[in-house]
Order: sequence, then structure tokens, then C-alpha cells
Amino acid sequence: MRLEPIASPSPARRIVPPALAMAATFLVAALLALIAGGNPFAVFGLILNGAFGSKFALLETLNSATPLIFTGLAIAVAFRAKLWNIGAEAQLYAGAVLTVILGTGALGLPSYLMLPLCALAAMLAGALLLLGPALLKTRLGVDEVVTTLLFNFIFLLFVSYLLEGPLKDPMGMGWPKSARLTSEARLPRIVDGLRLHWGFALALAAALLVWVINTRTTLGYEMRAVGQNAEAAGFAGIPVTRVILKTALLSGGLAGLAGFSEVSGLKGALTLDLSPGFGYTGIVVAMLALLHPLGVVVAALFVAAIFVGADSMSRAVGVPSYIADIMLASALLFMVLAILLTKFRVRRD
Amino acid sequence: MDLFDILLSASFWAAAIRIASPLIFATLGELICERAGVLNLGIEGIMVAGAFAGWIAVWAGLPLWGGVAVAMLTGMMLGLVHSILSVPFGLSQHVVGIGLTLLATSLTFYTYRVVLPEVSSPPKITAFQPYEIPLLSDLPLVGPALFSQTPLTYAGFILAALTALVLYRTPLGLAVRAAGENPSAVAAQGLSVTAIRMGAVIVGSGFMSVGGAFLTLSAFDSFFFDMVNGRGWICIALVVFGAWKPGKAVMGAILFAAFDALQIRLQQTGIGAVVPYQVFLMLPYFLSILALVVMSRRAEIPAALMVPFNKGER
Repeated sequence: MRLEPIASPSPARRIVPPALAMAATFLVAALLALIAGGNPFAVFGLILNGAFGSKFALLETLNSATPLIFTGLAIAVAFRAKLWNIGAEAQLYAGAVLTVILGTGALGLPSYLMLPLCALAAMLAGALLLLGPALLKTRLGVDEVVTTLLFNFIFLLFVSYLLEGPLKDPMGMGWPKSARLTSEARLPRIVDGLRLHWGFALALAAALLVWVINTRTTLGYEMRAVGQNAEAAGFAGIPVTRVILKTALLSGGLAGLAGFSEVSGLKGALTLDLSPGFGYTGIVVAMLALLHPLGVVVAALFVAAIFVGADSMSRAVGVPSYIADIMLASALLFMVLAILLTKFRVRRD
Repeated sequence: MDLFDILLSASFWAAAIRIASPLIFATLGELICERAGVLNLGIEGIMVAGAFAGWIAVWAGLPLWGGVAVAMLTGMMLGLVHSILSVPFGLSQHVVGIGLTLLATSLTFYTYRVVLPEVSSPPKITAFQPYEIPLLSDLPLVGPALFSQTPLTYAGFILAALTALVLYRTPLGLAVRAAGENPSAVAAQGLSVTAIRMGAVIVGSGFMSVGGAFLTLSAFDSFFFDMVNGRGWICIALVVFGAWKPGKAVMGAILFAAFDALQIRLQQTGIGAVVPYQVFLMLPYFLSILALVVMSRRAEIPAALMVPFNKGER
């Protein structure tokens, strides 16, 4: 077989393959639900109900989407410039660590200074953590996929050390857990009495900001040019190395914000299970959004709905909640194939 | 016990070879894929799936070697998925690989929960036992270290020799290497680059999967969710460290494993009392990054690695 580019894809060409990809994803999930002894329709119904069925469920979905918007943006920004940042998980924890260091009472600042300070420090921590692999890539040509992946393991061990040592809560009854943030360092709820914090609004603002950077600034243009063809971008006078490093700072910073938002908005303290893999799920979010920053918001809501819904479904019937992870991984693989088929025709030799 | 005593003890080297064994299988698998021009980031998930598939097959009543075969087949199926997406369709090998790792891992955990819904601790199997090779195992130091291992370890070394033999001494190996260096030349010879690359990814993934199964069938006797724990990513670094050559990659795996065995032992010495244990656990990952940095200056990378081949364009 051979792939032949389509000069001007018809509307059907653009819509049918992605729609089939989503259908295939649900078909896989339905089969797996059957294997586990569940009725697929009941399972999907329970997932939908668990994600949107009540005010509580809806807020839970929005809260769960928040870190995914941040990490999804982090990945989307990086992948658009072909910087393969698989280390958003570590960058998230770096942001969380800085938030805890500054926000547990060491500084007697009022809330309106404390929160921006924590957020900026979290961004800086995440950014610096990705700068190392980015420099290794630009200076020595070391593949950043492997270095960022390995940094995830290293940094999580570092967090584990911090939580058993310097950052351990003295009142924590021996659990590896940090002290709680002071109230000045906590992101308040958007509406009193509703369990949704300002981190969600911050995430939406971040998506808007990335969209503006992508479409309205030189950097946004340069990042795309480097991603499409670094060599050609270099010939055109774009400082490729500097663009890659700026991309790394932006990407790492966004992932760091995820850590700030989770600790300051939701959990109030740092533990080793702060993130159940938001950094990795961000890859799925970014790919489903076709790396578009506003699409990331939609994709994050979709992904969060599946996770929250599957959790509640799995408590009701005996289908393991890992079905959510399978759905997302297969959605990712089906979708990249579908996107290709919107642009290419398959020909037999 | 100081450093010198550790390095001269047979038990230390026996442990190093044991720790190296799963890495040898998986590194060889990744090396075959990359030699044909395909970076296989599905390795971590394929190892998880292999560890589970081999173990559950033995738990269900198959003999140990049957478990190895089931693991191999599982890996090959996952490799087929990777190769369809990455070779004829030429999709981003980064995205396909990460996606496959997520898929294989979640499918494994799902299956585990479906098969064993109520267990708090996973059942144990009777794993491969060490087999002392007559005469050779009586040698001082080398005997207990090299020749008192489980059969699966010996299989790993035999596989390494076979891989080197096939890659460098057969037309098939030449075709695989050429597919990763100069696919147009392969196509000009009337060979199918697509078939060669797909075959390499499928076989390589089978090896990775056996590497995972080593953990459940030989190193331990049960399956845990986090048991692969980044070994796949380390193997990717080992391929680079071994300059894409099977012999060097095996030496790299043993060196790496020796270091891992050393950090475990150092934790129990005076140093371990002062330095937090997390620092020791970090060392293998740092070592992998260091290996990548050191080797980065040598340009021995297959020229067409990560470059999709589409016969239409030239």
C-alpha cells in the first residue's frame, strides 16, 4: 500500500474518519465490558450518569478536568514544536513542591501576594525541570523522550525523599505527607458552597493565553515553523535552539501550574498520590485536541468525564475502572490514524 | 562490608546477571526494532503485558516454557499493532509508542481485575529454579555468578548471540540493517521495506515481552502492578549506550545491572545509614541519562531511524 496526499479533502473526508475513530473506541469498550460480564449500554449509561448526572458529579468532572487542561496545554505547546515532553508528571510535582515550600507558613504574606507568588514559583520550577532535557537535546542531541521519562522516576523519588524528610508534616502521624497550606495560600472556591476552585478558571485563562501566543505572536509562529521543519525554519532565519528552549520553558511552566492548582485548589497538601498520571494523560488530551489549545479544554473535559464516570460506574457494577484508561489509549491510537486518513488516501500498489 | 568485598563476592555478580536478564531480552528487542528504523516506545507497556501474560498462563496450568511462549505471542500481537500504525501508515513513532504503552498497560490491569476480582495479594506460581551447569558452575566466582542461573537467563544470552549472528551474518540481517540505514536501497533491490520493518517490530516486541515475563516467571513468582517500573525506558537508553550493537548492549545491561545490585548492597552499609534510600534508587535512572549524554557524541544511530518510508515519494 501507498499513501497519497489529498489536495483538498471534502467535508466528508474531514469528518468521517474521526467519527469512526470514536465509534471504534466505544466498540472496544463495549466488548471489554461484555467480557467483564457487564451490559455495555448499562455501563455507558452509568459512566455518563457518573460524570454529569448530578451537580456533584458535574463539579467533580470540572475539578478533574482542571489539571488535565494544564498538562494537556503543556504537551500541546511542546508537541507543536516537536519537543517531545513526556515529563509533565515530574514538572507537575515540581510545581506542587514549590507551592508547599512557600505556602505552608514560611512567609507571612496576604493572599493576594501569596497566590501569585506560589503560582509563579510553580511555573518556574516546572519550566526549569524541562530546561535540562531541552538543553541536552539542543546541545548534545540527546533524545528528550527518554530523558524526560527518566526524570519522572527521578523526581518522584525526590518528592518521596522530601515527604519523608524536610517537607514531612510533623503532625502527620508518620505518613509521608507535607504540612497543610495556610489559608492565604489556598485558591478559594469560585462560588461559595460549590466544590469548584479558581484553578479551573486559571486553566481556562491559560488555554486562552496559549491560543493567543500560538496565533498572535512571533513566538507562536516560530514554534510552529520549528515543529513543521526545523531545518527550513533555521534557513529562514528562525533561531531554532532559542525557540526550542522557550517552548520548553512555556511547556514546563504550564505543567508546573497543574501542580500549584492541585495543591492550592484541591488537596491543600502534598502527597505522593497527588497525580494519578495527569502528566501522561495530558498526552492523550493534547493529541485528541489536535494540539489546539482551545480543543485541549474540550478534550480535558471529555477525558475527565470518562475517568470520573468510570470510577462511579465501577463502584456500581463489577467492570474495572481501568476501562477508562483503555478507552483513552485506544481513542488516541484510533484518532491519530483517523487524522492521517483525513489528509491521505490509501492506494494499493 | 566495604566496596571491595562486595565486588569480589559471587552473590553480587549472580545478582547482577539476574537483574540484567530481563533488560537483555528487552534491549535486544528494542535494538532489532531500531536497527530496522523504528523506535518502539511501546516497550514499557509490552513488558507489563508480557509479565502478566506469562504469569497468568502458568497460573492457569501451562508449563513455565508455555508461559514464555504466551508472553512472546502477546508481545508480538502488540508489536503488530505498533507496526501497522508506524510502518505502512508512517504515523509518529513517538505518539504510537506512548499510546501503545498506555493501551498495553491499561489492558493488562483491566484483565488482571477481571480474572482476579477479589484478591488482595496476587497468587504465586512455581517460578524457574536455578540450574547449575555441570563443571562450569564449580568454577570459582564465575561459576556461581554465570552458571548457576535460571534457564531463562541462559536463553537470554543465547538469544543475544543469535541476534548478533542473524544481524551480521545472514541476508535477513543485512536487509534489516539496510531498512534502518537506507530504505530506498532496500526497495531498489526489490525487497519490501514495509515487510522487513513490520517483521522487525513484531519480533522485537516479542523479545521485550519475554523480558517482562522474566520478572514474573524467574526473578519473582507473582505479578505486581508497578513491577516493570521504568525498565523499558532504561532499555531504550541501553540501546543507545550499546551503539545499536547486540554485544555492547548486553555488556551495557550487565554493567547497569551490576550498578543496580551495588546500590542495593550499599544501602545496607554505613553509607546507607547516612544517605536517604531514594538517592540509591535514583542512581539507575541517572546512570541511564549519563549513558545517553556520554554516547551522544558518537554518530552511530541508524540513519533512517524514525523516518517513515513511503514508496511513492523519493
